[in-house]
Amino acid sequence: MKIKGKVWKFGDNIDTDVIIPARYLNTTDERELAKHCMEDIDPEFAKKVQPGDIIVAGESFGIGSSREHAPLAIKSSGVALVIAKSFARIFYRNSINIGLPILENEEVYDLVETGDEIEVDLDKGEIIVGDKKLKARPFPEFVKEIINYGGLLNYAKEKYL
Amino acid sequence: MGQTIAQKIIANHAGVDEVVPGEIHLVDVDFAFGNDITAALSIKQFNEIGATKVFDPNRIGLIPDHYTPNKDIKTAIITQSMRNFARQHGITHHYEVGEVGIEHALLPEKGVVLPGDLIVGADSHTCTYGALGAFSTGVGSTDLTFAWITGKVWLKVPHTIKFVISGELPQWSGGKDIILYIIGKIGVNGANYRVMEFTGDTIKKLNMDNRFTICNMAIEAGAKTGIIEPDEKTIQYVEERKEREEYTVYHSDEDAEYEKVYEFRAEDIVPQVSFPHLPENAKPIYEVEKMDIRIDQVVIGSCTNGRISDLETAARILKGQKVADKVRLLIFPATPAIYKEALMRGYIETFLDAGAVVAPPTCGPCLGGHMGVLAPGERAVSTTNRNFRGRMGHVDSEVYLSNPAVAAASAIAGKIVSPDYILGG
Repeated sequence: MKIKGKVWKFGDNIDTDVIIPARYLNTTDERELAKHCMEDIDPEFAKKVQPGDIIVAGESFGIGSSREHAPLAIKSSGVALVIAKSFARIFYRNSINIGLPILENEEVYDLVETGDEIEVDLDKGEIIVGDKKLKARPFPEFVKEIINYGGLLNYAKEKYL
Repeated sequence: MGQTIAQKIIANHAGVDEVVPGEIHLVDVDFAFGNDITAALSIKQFNEIGATKVFDPNRIGLIPDHYTPNKDIKTAIITQSMRNFARQHGITHHYEVGEVGIEHALLPEKGVVLPGDLIVGADSHTCTYGALGAFSTGVGSTDLTFAWITGKVWLKVPHTIKFVISGELPQWSGGKDIILYIIGKIGVNGANYRVMEFTGDTIKKLNMDNRFTICNMAIEAGAKTGIIEPDEKTIQYVEERKEREEYTVYHSDEDAEYEKVYEFRAEDIVPQVSFPHLPENAKPIYEVEKMDIRIDQVVIGSCTNGRISDLETAARILKGQKVADKVRLLIFPATPAIYKEALMRGYIETFLDAGAVVAPPTCGPCLGGHMGVLAPGERAVSTTNRNFRGRMGHVDSEVYLSNPAVAAASAIAGKIVSPDYILGG
């Protein structure tokens, strides 16, 4: 799958409390969660984000809580992909499990600003910024399998139900 | 090549002789639980994909501790869905208000989680039970749903980093200070995807409460879990409580492979205070005291520091003292049993006489959920585990993390101080 989208750039250690604050965790409604996505770091984000946009962040994106509401809020807000230098481990597996595309790459961060447009080939793990072609860190085979199923629940349905 | 405790537990649950860091395995889980934030999502997913049967109703936990007693109608609907799911599937470990406590204090106390277990919980502080010599890690709601259906979870075998702490801790220092100090040294990303194994004579001298505190905050360095090798204290704790007969004690092999080994002197670990907005911003109390940091609220409790020895420490300092004018001191015993024990020992009376409010067992203020949310510009000292921006309330409020002794002393002084400031030292 190919994605072309506008960049939203965030820094290091973006925690799950700013991605979706606990005051909104009394619901599992994805659309409701999306309305408050990133609210405590950028109150305009949820209003301005467009389907297909791409989040680019620094180290350990998604540190903190295990709340799956964080990747769900991002996915439901229309964001097509998160690229970070690294992800906190629970956020990483939650994203894979719910089918929110994520890529790990160290270089993109310094090459883009909010509002830039970049192109990504998810299957190849290729990120195109201007005339530069960058490679994302490849996923382990089992993780690829879950991604190909579109998430862990589809995998479970196919194999166990 | 030898294996670490973590490797041995994973191998045992994957049905193989040994595992290598980096491999991914589908492993059997001994217990899989969620709370009123995360299990709500799992129940919804379970029903949506048409699952009808859980893998084992005795190995699933439903623990409504975050927003209970129900803070609003939406929460009431969530806890209702948990109650209904528990009834429908005959879930034996569903805890109603009255018996519910903070999950990571409750499950060890009830003997539900045991040494050698592989446990997943849809809460990041599930790493707490590593203090029992279990492999226990936080996952998301989808992982939990998957575990409820299949009894399994996918795990990448992590590398282990060893932390050796030797010597005598200074007065008023404990497990909280050890872990804040370590996170201060290695950073919030310092053990990302890794296991943190804690060892050394200082750790062996600590009681179980302090060991739980250390493992509880392994996630704040990004770790998959923290682990402490079981010893006679662990066995005694477990034997007094265990719900199942069988459990397995694992030890790391002499020639086990560690990615890194850190050695720290306990004498250097004075009480720590972590400044906003990351747990890694740890500073020694004696430096902090000079900064004259005025506070509005103090919280003593949580899955990190709401156990009986934490309350004992707080009571020692608060005995015969008064909370400073305009400071709110909130104390949350982590479980009903801890609450009752604190009552019998007279701590609750001490707290009330000092001007504190003693709340029911709940995660409440730790995550800015309810019962102690901060206003803009307010500042709290808290024995909880995270001080992210807006964690305890308004985005312009601040949280300073400390141990219960520093928190209690600060409540009396109205600013962040060492217990010596109150008691003389």
